[in-house]
Amino acid sequence: MAKFTPHTENEIKQMLSDVGAASIDSLFADIPSGLRPASFNLPEGMTEYEALNRLGSLSAANRTDKALFMGGGFYDHFIPAAVDAISSRAEFYTAYTPYQPEASQGTLQAIFEYQTMTAKLTGLDVANASLYDGGTAIYEAAAMAVRTNGRSKIIIDAGVNPVYRKILKTYVINQDVDIIEVDLRDIYTDREKIKSLLDDRTAALILQTPNYFGIVDDYSDLFKLCDEKEITKIAVFYPMSLGILKTPGEMGADIAVGDGQSLGLPLSFGGPYLGIMAASKGYVRKMPGRIVGETVDRNGKKCYVLTLQAREQHIRREKATSNICSNQALCALRAVVYLSLMGKEGFRKISLLNLERASYLKEKLVKFAEIKQGVTYNEFTVKLNGGAGEFVKKMEKKGYYAGIPASIYFPDKKNYLIVAVTEKRTIEEIDKFADAFKSAL
Amino acid sequence: MDNIFSKSVKGRSGVDAGRVDEASISAIPEALRRVTESSLPELSELDVVRHFTLLSQKNFSVDTHFYPLGSCTMKYNPKANEAAAALPGFTGLHPYTAFIDEEAAQGALEVIYEISRQLCEITGMKRFTTQPYAGAHGELLGILLTAAYHRKKGNNKKYIVVPESAHGTNPASAAVAGYSIITVAVDRDGGIDIDSLKEKMNDEVAGIMMTLPSTLGVFERRIKEVVEIAKKYDALMYYDGANLNAILGKLRPGDVGFDIVHINLHKTFSTPHGGGGPGSGVVGVSERLLDFLPVPVAAKDASGRFILDYSVKHSIGQVASFFGNFGVILKAYTYILMLGREGLIDLSEKAVLNANYCMARLKPYYDLPYDRTCMHEVVFSAKRQNSSGVHATDIAKALIDRGIHPPTIYFPLVVEEAIMIEPTETESKETMDIFIEAMKEIASLAESDPEKIKNAPVTTDISRPDETKAARDLKLTCF
Repeated sequence: MAKFTPHTENEIKQMLSDVGAASIDSLFADIPSGLRPASFNLPEGMTEYEALNRLGSLSAANRTDKALFMGGGFYDHFIPAAVDAISSRAEFYTAYTPYQPEASQGTLQAIFEYQTMTAKLTGLDVANASLYDGGTAIYEAAAMAVRTNGRSKIIIDAGVNPVYRKILKTYVINQDVDIIEVDLRDIYTDREKIKSLLDDRTAALILQTPNYFGIVDDYSDLFKLCDEKEITKIAVFYPMSLGILKTPGEMGADIAVGDGQSLGLPLSFGGPYLGIMAASKGYVRKMPGRIVGETVDRNGKKCYVLTLQAREQHIRREKATSNICSNQALCALRAVVYLSLMGKEGFRKISLLNLERASYLKEKLVKFAEIKQGVTYNEFTVKLNGGAGEFVKKMEKKGYYAGIPASIYFPDKKNYLIVAVTEKRTIEEIDKFADAFKSAL
Repeated sequence: MDNIFSKSVKGRSGVDAGRVDEASISAIPEALRRVTESSLPELSELDVVRHFTLLSQKNFSVDTHFYPLGSCTMKYNPKANEAAAALPGFTGLHPYTAFIDEEAAQGALEVIYEISRQLCEITGMKRFTTQPYAGAHGELLGILLTAAYHRKKGNNKKYIVVPESAHGTNPASAAVAGYSIITVAVDRDGGIDIDSLKEKMNDEVAGIMMTLPSTLGVFERRIKEVVEIAKKYDALMYYDGANLNAILGKLRPGDVGFDIVHINLHKTFSTPHGGGGPGSGVVGVSERLLDFLPVPVAAKDASGRFILDYSVKHSIGQVASFFGNFGVILKAYTYILMLGREGLIDLSEKAVLNANYCMARLKPYYDLPYDRTCMHEVVFSAKRQNSSGVHATDIAKALIDRGIHPPTIYFPLVVEEAIMIEPTETESKETMDIFIEAMKEIASLAESDPEKIKNAPVTTDISRPDETKAARDLKLTCF
């Protein structure tokens, strides 16, 4: 059994004598004997070697040997080794929340730089230190809108990741907030329907580009309409795409939220990921979560602290802007290291490369399959003749995860397959995939 | 240290992104393209690595410093946990794999299923969900489950009861879930004030949130009475697992009558705090809430295969994209495997021994508002030092100069000038003795030369920051 308590018998004796207790058990005397566990039936401990062996076989029981053409908001991007090297520095990962600034300047400055990069990337003024994931970030953005304008109707396009929409709906089950989901016309945003719904009871409009089916859109027109009615404009984005695509800021969004998984985080079966939130200046005091600010110390030296803490639960309790405490700080660190390594040109290029590889596959597939019309980035929708669910099973046998059957969330779209291509898929891989695709049709 | 943008040199790059044809952009009409620059810095890989390595050295961390931060359980994070979470069969697994073919994610589903079972045995609950990403997220889920339960029964409930000693996340989570808060006082013993509770209870109370042991570091002796009171009003009992580290194998919330338990895996189960996250706030429930859990839940079918179970009758939906912070769950699972039954009991015993040792040795020098056997942490007060103008924050800063991360200060709010010390079980007597000597020295300096304490820290890169300026002249980005 591995053990991490260093006490020797002798030390235990000395400590008990200092405490004035007869035994360790006597320290638990406040727990009434009638409340002692009915059972505590756990296996015997393992050595580190045994435990890692066990984890090794569990890891091997997952099939990760197939080429991933599956996205759905979470993508198989390359992660430079330096990202792991920095995030596995114990000075970062075994530290706590930087409440003691003199002992946490490393974490604080890294977050401050992360805030800067995410704000610039989204084209907005400020960003917070991170939220849990893209979905919870959408809820937090909607809550900011409700707090800002005091209204209770949230309009959300059904092109927003269905996983995120589920989270949003679950969060508000006991609140006086109406979530109105606007169905897509096929796979495209129904602008007329949205326009007809925007009214002075509307707190926020939430739109995503590229949408779940991969369609790239410019929502400037809808956001402009929101301005007339003082509706908060929330854009959901895919960070990788922002190397080349129009930003939430350029579209006029007030708040941008998205999942930062694509910025140096492994897929890791769904987490930990990274909820990114950026906003225009006017919203900063309504923002949830931690925010790092620059200031000076007693000697006038530049330094960083957690700021605007009066918004937060440890000060404001039930009146806080959110209940969030722990966030995804280490994931934010990975993102800031990733973006720093990529740099201005590298990030634009990697972003473009994703588009290039996806366009290449599209050109191949269009010869024998129906690809849904529209501008797309690195993900697009194929309409098959049969069910997409069966198709991906066939493709799995050929060595590919060919995409996400839309029917997981859109039961009426049985034949729709959503296919993603990242920079990691080589030309050879894509060629072979296209061949396999053809033969599986 | 200069920010990373000031180190940027035009034309430099840290990564070769690969060969790309600029003409590929033609797939995107101009109107849909980015016009403004991303403004990312331009650096070599070495520039970036050096920048962040130097930054890391400005941190205190568990691996480098004693970190007795009350309420946070800053125990050692075994390296085997990290190794397990980095295995390629886990890191490379796309969450949708399980939706397309459960067979392809058997290892991951087994981990989720197994840790859920283990946590059930550890806490006495019936079933766990791993979705919540953090403690507060678990609280929110717990209160949403409470709401779903009452709605199903047709109960009209409006309030959640929270002791005044609770973490701020308790009332904040209840508020996000749509409830108003009733705060109940703490009695002279450090427990919830039963008379005040009885007075404030009514038919519209949906649930009572308790931290056990309480945030004052003492066991709630009258917990059984609280459970009885809750029962009378059909209110659910919520167990905040922030302090679970004190009671493994000594008490199970499920046996006491709690309906909901959240566990901070990043506290009791040794996953690292990451400078603020990611954590994991897995939630376990009693029989009567089984039908409301979020889906999917990992389950095992008759043939022993691991599957995604959607058959939760009145599921409230989901609070996470998939299965929560899976990478964190892996670390906790590895830890539980290594410790086993005896190791888990041992850790709580040593955590409580260490806290009592610190209490006994420091009692002569600092005020101890609740003078009784403590559990895994002890709350002192700096009131005695106030007479010479020294406050809890000054003591904290003086500890930094002595190479020790400060305890939690000014929490719980019910203790004036609180200093909350949680040594955790992984620290040795020698380390605590160094801390105790430092605390004694600081107490004596507070009398003889208080200015020295009020000027601390002097050994760190920066002295005390001007927090007022930070909030007034907001500067939240480098440029």
